[in-house]
Amino acid sequence: MKKNMMIPLFLFLTCYVLSFLIKDTISLELTNKNQAPSLSHLFGTDWLGRDMLLRTLKGIQLSITLGVVTALLSTSLGLLLSLLAIVHPYLDRMLSWLIDLFLSLPHLVTLILISFVLGGGFKGVVIGLMLTHWPAITRVLRAELLQLQTMPYIQISKQQGKGFWWRARHHFLPHLFPQLMVGFTLIFPHAILHEASITFLGFGLAAEQPAIGIILSESMQYLSSGMWWLAFFPGVTLLLMMLLFQRFANAFKHHLERDRSYEHYFNG
Amino acid sequence: MAVAIIKKLVRLVILLFAVSLLTFLLVSMSPVDPIRAYIGTDMLLVSPEQREQIEAYWGLDQPLFSQYVQWISSILSGDFGTSLIHRVPVTEVIADRFFSSILLIALAWLMSGILGIVLGSVAAMKKGSWLDRVIKGYCYLLLSTPGFWLGLLLLMVFSVWLGIFPTGLSAPIGITTGDVTLLDRLYHAVLPALTLSIIGVSNVCLHTREKLIDVLNTPYILQARANGYQGIRLFRRHGLRNMLLPAISVHFASFGELFGGAIIAEQVFSYPGLGQAVVDAGLQGDMPLFLAIVLISAVFVFVGNWIADILYLVLDPRLRKGGKSS
Repeated sequence: MKKNMMIPLFLFLTCYVLSFLIKDTISLELTNKNQAPSLSHLFGTDWLGRDMLLRTLKGIQLSITLGVVTALLSTSLGLLLSLLAIVHPYLDRMLSWLIDLFLSLPHLVTLILISFVLGGGFKGVVIGLMLTHWPAITRVLRAELLQLQTMPYIQISKQQGKGFWWRARHHFLPHLFPQLMVGFTLIFPHAILHEASITFLGFGLAAEQPAIGIILSESMQYLSSGMWWLAFFPGVTLLLMMLLFQRFANAFKHHLERDRSYEHYFNG
Repeated sequence: MAVAIIKKLVRLVILLFAVSLLTFLLVSMSPVDPIRAYIGTDMLLVSPEQREQIEAYWGLDQPLFSQYVQWISSILSGDFGTSLIHRVPVTEVIADRFFSSILLIALAWLMSGILGIVLGSVAAMKKGSWLDRVIKGYCYLLLSTPGFWLGLLLLMVFSVWLGIFPTGLSAPIGITTGDVTLLDRLYHAVLPALTLSIIGVSNVCLHTREKLIDVLNTPYILQARANGYQGIRLFRRHGLRNMLLPAISVHFASFGELFGGAIIAEQVFSYPGLGQAVVDAGLQGDMPLFLAIVLISAVFVFVGNWIADILYLVLDPRLRKGGKSS
């Protein structure tokens, strides 16, 4: 059980930490440009002779950093808004409407809109991703909180004169913690994939940043000349990292829900 | 039921107003200068006085709110303005691309729906077997696959290596618009639609599987099994009927994801649809076109959710009679 969870996480973190060891500037070797994958360049080289393995790792590093920041921000925003929702029914109605409003546009269109307004870049992407990912988790948290509020122990606590924030800290937060963690692990890969897409479309990170989306959109120009490694390996690496994380997230979810679901014990 | 439909329509109108106001405010806050976007490289030739004249002509010197009122009232009378990059009315640009996009989306929606429900049912009926594991693994694999990368792979394999499908566009090169047949259109839409539907399968498939497993755990299935039903007959008589409605309505509710996917697929295959138009409009600061497509996508998503809601009312007699209709 523990093993299922720790091994993917360990591998994932190792890749992330290793990518920090790479120097920031990847050397240009124009004599070695457009090389197919070989032992000295596992992922091949691009048209400036840069090693694609290093570029990919750098891209993954940037993606993960961005994903963590966004997932943290959107879960916090979700928590804050759902807490506000139970303060007053009026605020709750407003929040529900706001959620509907944000869910009424396709994610990608909202992302394009926000990146367009903020002019792209790291900040634009983070804010855009945060604003598109909060409704999902807020809905879950809000439902949980509304139910929680009717619980006898919360009512007693209220009768005893404990203030709202006291209740939030001592009763709501511990109860919501598993939901927050699960929400975080669900948003994280989603945010990374969206970041890659929006960068690929040209609204996200700037062209000089080593992002996976940039690498892949550059590779499009070389596809017809048969340089498949430019597109294949960066995508596979991103996919593998996402799968690793998803393995961890699934195991982690089961671990947190171990007193709620019994199904997986029977399936091994 | 009519009341429920009218209520929903009123909500659509309110929502559209909110979306239009929000997007208008956001876009007017953006650093893109509409006059620079319109004039382009000739900006140096425009003197400050001329600039002011253009601003006055377009009403840019008025307060934001009256600008919004002007914009929304002309939209209500059917005038979406003129596209800055295409130099034709926005409605023309959209009408031109709407068909291509709908063709693509409809193809992908049908393919992924049928495939997803079949795969999900097989996985649920054979729960725990290797087949179930393979299907589930396939779905989880797709959930972590970037859509545009999958498109690139398909492009590489089918267009560059095998040469079966065209590398892009929605019609053959060197033919006038009148000569393009529906077959040509379909042929060019296959690869983008394939990309979209491969990604879209996982959502329907996982939902179908989950739902059918729930259904299979109910007492009436136990009874049916005790009566000797099994395999495909059990599925057809008891499983399918109870699972199909939720599965289809989930599929309708996924219109938003589909639209997002279409933007990416169209960009990869340079397929001239609404998605490509919104990307171009965003990158080049073509605000009238951009705002119009944002509104259209909101309507699109809403219609999907709406159909999903109505399907329950129309197809499930239990909800029509006593149940609460929302």
